[in-house]
Amino acid sequence: MSAETRVTPASAGSRWIPAFAGMTASGRGAWHRLALWSVLLLFAFFFLTPMYVMLTSSLKDMAQIREGNLLSLPASPGFDAWAKAWSSACTGIDCGGLKPFFLNSVMMVVPAVLVSTALGAVNGYVLSKWRFKGSELMFALMLFGMFMPLQVVLLPMSQVLGWFGIASSIWGLVLVHILAGLPSTTLFFRNYYVGLPDELIKAAMLDGAGFWRIFWRIVLPLSGPILVVTLIWQFTNIWNDFLFGVVFSGGDSKPVTVGLNNLANTSSAVKEYNVDMAAAMIAALPTLFIYIIAGNYFVRGLTAGAVKG
Amino acid sequence: MTPSPAARLSQWMPKLVIAPSFLLAMAFIYGLMAWNGYLSLSASRLLPNYEFVGLEQYTTLFESDRWWVALTNLGIFGGLFIFFGMAIGLLLAILLDQKIRAEGVLRTVYLYPMALSFIVTGTAWKWILNPGLGLQKVVQGWGFTGFEFDWLITPERAIYTVVIAGVWQSAGFVMALFLAGLRGIDDSILKAAQIDGASLPRIYWRIIIPSLRPVFFSTLMVLSHLAIKSFDLVMALTAGGPGYATDLPATFMYTMAFSRGQIGLGAASATIMLATVAAIIVPYLYSELRSKR
Repeated sequence: MSAETRVTPASAGSRWIPAFAGMTASGRGAWHRLALWSVLLLFAFFFLTPMYVMLTSSLKDMAQIREGNLLSLPASPGFDAWAKAWSSACTGIDCGGLKPFFLNSVMMVVPAVLVSTALGAVNGYVLSKWRFKGSELMFALMLFGMFMPLQVVLLPMSQVLGWFGIASSIWGLVLVHILAGLPSTTLFFRNYYVGLPDELIKAAMLDGAGFWRIFWRIVLPLSGPILVVTLIWQFTNIWNDFLFGVVFSGGDSKPVTVGLNNLANTSSAVKEYNVDMAAAMIAALPTLFIYIIAGNYFVRGLTAGAVKG
Repeated sequence: MTPSPAARLSQWMPKLVIAPSFLLAMAFIYGLMAWNGYLSLSASRLLPNYEFVGLEQYTTLFESDRWWVALTNLGIFGGLFIFFGMAIGLLLAILLDQKIRAEGVLRTVYLYPMALSFIVTGTAWKWILNPGLGLQKVVQGWGFTGFEFDWLITPERAIYTVVIAGVWQSAGFVMALFLAGLRGIDDSILKAAQIDGASLPRIYWRIIIPSLRPVFFSTLMVLSHLAIKSFDLVMALTAGGPGYATDLPATFMYTMAFSRGQIGLGAASATIMLATVAAIIVPYLYSELRSKR
């Protein structure tokens, strides 16, 4: 324990309070440390339990679900429930599993993420490096779109989509997600580009580079981190969306969140919780996977959306 | 001196480039907002009907029992969700800031629910909280045979299950915000307080927590606006039930507009939601943007 606490004050970014370090060396400090770890681990259990329950339940068979204990390990783990959730579970009257919904989500999420990110990058570039009279007001007006309750757009938007002939289609969903995503992607890129030195742009202009050349040759190559943050942010949001999915989709364009909700709320004689949990895992896997491989970028997106810089 | 055509073009280029996005965003945000506002003043029921009826829909709305249930629930849910989200988030941030060796792992564990869809969260908690085979049976199996936990299906208690699942999903996010705030505090102030002999809890209470005021503020904004917009979680966990005991304004709006054929009423409830969010967010955005000048 004492080896762990003997860290030089300047060695890390976290809070360092010498008195506390002194305390940890004593007996009282060891108790502090124990209490600290107990609370931290208690919360870790609280956060992990639902995932544990989801995963173990999805690997159980119905016999064990019916008689067994929520927290017990699967007696004979198998992927039967996963197979059923993927291809033959009933969502309402259809019994084709989650697969068609999952594919709809993929087809919706890819264009929506790419287009909203590309537009956000260009907008952010203009609003940070090519400011003009009124551009700050433009930005402020767009920003409100990040916060407005989307319930306000549901009714009119379903009519607009009808006029364009893309109501109840994946393209309608893609369009709505792009429009709803513009404020945040613009904010992310703008705030990132504000930090790039203006001298860079001025030097390039003296060399005769124009608007697009500067963007492609100078700004975009420096955008790596914010591109990843924005792509992940948009992917997570659009994949996890339920509101637009349930309002604007038709019979064959429902995204995976709607499929999961229908599956879990389909009342049948026997409630197959193992299939429900397998379906929940399937719907969660893409965003969970991204969180695990690129969690830091995800967190940066979260905090960037909350604390305007 | 007149600028060359190329220079003139590059002068216009930025405006030209941002114009389509800006106009689309304005149409999407303010255009639809106004349109929704107009719908809320119309006699629309199953289909939009632009006959102007003034504030009739709002009168009906505020005479509706169900709307009051939704508002009361928002008060209960919002208050508890914000309080527990902040309390747990701040506690975890302070504890994690004590030179914890496994900080990275714990942070990942606390924050992963934020990567899940509320529908996934709702489905999982519905299974855990169901009285038949869920937590209740586990605790009874431990020997506490009298243990009962049937909040999910008890009308007066069901809204608290939404709070549990909501806090579970969002507390890690609050922790991340506070942790970022804590890391931004200047160490020299703390060292000075140390030398003056202040105890650790006192330092936190008197110096660190007060200096996190901006983080408190933005967390409050984020959580309250999450609470007002809450929709998916309720749909997946209770679907507004039992009956309409866990309705929130967002689920009320959805039910009226899309399954009850009450478009005007749905639009009116959406407008009230907008007004509530605007009352919280507009002053915040204004001060944020001003302070940067």
